Amino acid sequence: MIKYVIIGASAAGIAAVGAIRKIDPDSTIMVITEEFCSDYSRPMISDLVSGKVDLQKIKCKTEEFWNENKAEIRLGKKVVSLNLAEKIVNLEDGEKVVYEKLLLATGGKPFVPKMEGQEKDGVFTFTSIAEAQRLASRIDSIQAKNAVVIGAGLIGISVTEALMKRGLKVTVVELQEKILSLLLDAKASDIVEAVIRKAGVNFATGQSVQKIIGRPENEGAVGGVILTKGDQVPCDLVIVAIGVIPRTELVVGTNVKINRGIVVDNYMQTTVPDVYASGDVAETYDFILNQSRSLPLWPLAVLEGRVAGANMAGAKTSYEGGTNMSSLKYFGIPIVSIGLANPKDDPTLEVLVKQEIENNVYKKLVLKNNVIVGMTLVNCIDRAGILFSLMKGKINVKKFKQDLLRDDFGWAVLPVTLQRKMSVVQ
Amino acid sequence: MHKRHGITRVNTYLCTLTREREGLMMKKIIAKQEACMGCGLCEVYCTTQHSKSKDIIKAYNSEQPKPIARIRREVNKPVSFAIQCRHCEDAPCVAACLSGAMTKDQKTGEVVHNKEKCIGCWTCIMVCPYSALIMDKDGHAVAKCDLCQGLTEPACVANCPNQALIFKEVKSQ
Repeated sequence: MIKYVIIGASAAGIAAVGAIRKIDPDSTIMVITEEFCSDYSRPMISDLVSGKVDLQKIKCKTEEFWNENKAEIRLGKKVVSLNLAEKIVNLEDGEKVVYEKLLLATGGKPFVPKMEGQEKDGVFTFTSIAEAQRLASRIDSIQAKNAVVIGAGLIGISVTEALMKRGLKVTVVELQEKILSLLLDAKASDIVEAVIRKAGVNFATGQSVQKIIGRPENEGAVGGVILTKGDQVPCDLVIVAIGVIPRTELVVGTNVKINRGIVVDNYMQTTVPDVYASGDVAETYDFILNQSRSLPLWPLAVLEGRVAGANMAGAKTSYEGGTNMSSLKYFGIPIVSIGLANPKDDPTLEVLVKQEIENNVYKKLVLKNNVIVGMTLVNCIDRAGILFSLMKGKINVKKFKQDLLRDDFGWAVLPVTLQRKMSVVQ
Repeated sequence: MHKRHGITRVNTYLCTLTREREGLMMKKIIAKQEACMGCGLCEVYCTTQHSKSKDIIKAYNSEQPKPIARIRREVNKPVSFAIQCRHCEDAPCVAACLSGAMTKDQKTGEVVHNKEKCIGCWTCIMVCPYSALIMDKDGHAVAKCDLCQGLTEPACVANCPNQALIFKEVKSQ
């Protein structure tokens, strides 16, 4: 029997190993992943495609990590089913692993809507190192010139930049009218879209792909797409980057409760004893919305994995919560978006905005009862952390509200009591 | 104790999981607000120390890429003090780092940044409560205080004319 079995060796799974070892130095840990490469940084796969980093650099832990933590890593092993009553994990090759505590850190899988022609060669998703490598080798093997990216969210924009850097011409198709619509309001989205357009990217917003068509000489290979408004865009590659959905399939039909993702409490426990979940597969607490939801973000997966690991090892550790929070580096325009960045009209919310059109700078804070509940910073992110700290701490900002968007806003502007609480000064 | 308690309340992000490791001592740079004149020499000497030439004139006039200070004056007259990486015990930047570039050295207590591994995703800038991580001039990576490895005293401390920055053994938090 293995004391701790973890399914998934990405952000949450690895963080859990570290957290378990801080409390329980000796018990057995087994990490099972169907991937052939573990402990790589998933958000960096676009840098792998662009050529900015190599395989070694995309590894976010050293090779010794598993040895140092005395954890057994099973690469390329697929879990096919779970027997939660008898605490058994069934692997595809027939092996049965008996566990005492189980962590489901299976992550998310790309959402691919039904499209005519989606089986053709040259259609990719973009969430794993294997897919990134397949995409990179396809670009080389067919000397791809044009690509269509479906989805203008975080993943779509990251793969677009990578393809541009490889010299491809990219058209981004987005169902919403605005790009990055989960992170930015219309004004910020327009600023960022203009910057990306200037870099040579085409956008087709407010529509989707109705059909992927083949090449005249090879019907089985991607030759273009037909958009819902009827336009035809020739291309050699289609990358579907619409979003991810939690990989809950192992617990469908069990007593583990699932909404969109696996339901967990603040200790990352599922509704079945000794079964935990964290990372993209789980629905975790959003401290801005004050409810649990799917937040598939790397830094949150790490924090959730730590909490899961600590609790599995017997420490009662509660998750403080996260929220929708992303920083973007693409196309030379840094962006930070946290919480209610683009709320609907709501009379209880106060919105502070500062814009410098000539510098592509846009700063917006959303306040509720004088507490920051949302922020968007475009091309001016250096004080993001202080603002996030005020948001996370639910600090009443009434006394210095007028200073929050100052370019030199910082700790010196804040009341001394707050500075001392934060141990900024003596 | 008072301050640690304060931190827990103000920024819970910091102190989630490592309470059992409280009590670790490490040498940190501490700012004394009442002694700070806001002169900015800390920034000047930090920049110089982190330049290739280590020469103040070359660092400011000719060196490319332009070296940058990893310490920042916070000024809101009459208040001023300098701030840099606090080497947090449970550092938000380490947990959030996408590339594994930011690590906590368990022996020394320092938060260490490996520029070679940094991809400039700015996630650390988003979560650092002190805004102590600075985008480098070419926008490819962050820069941060490294406590001037190899010097007995960090350059900012050694060159502060009024001892508004001191380097002393404190409990890591």
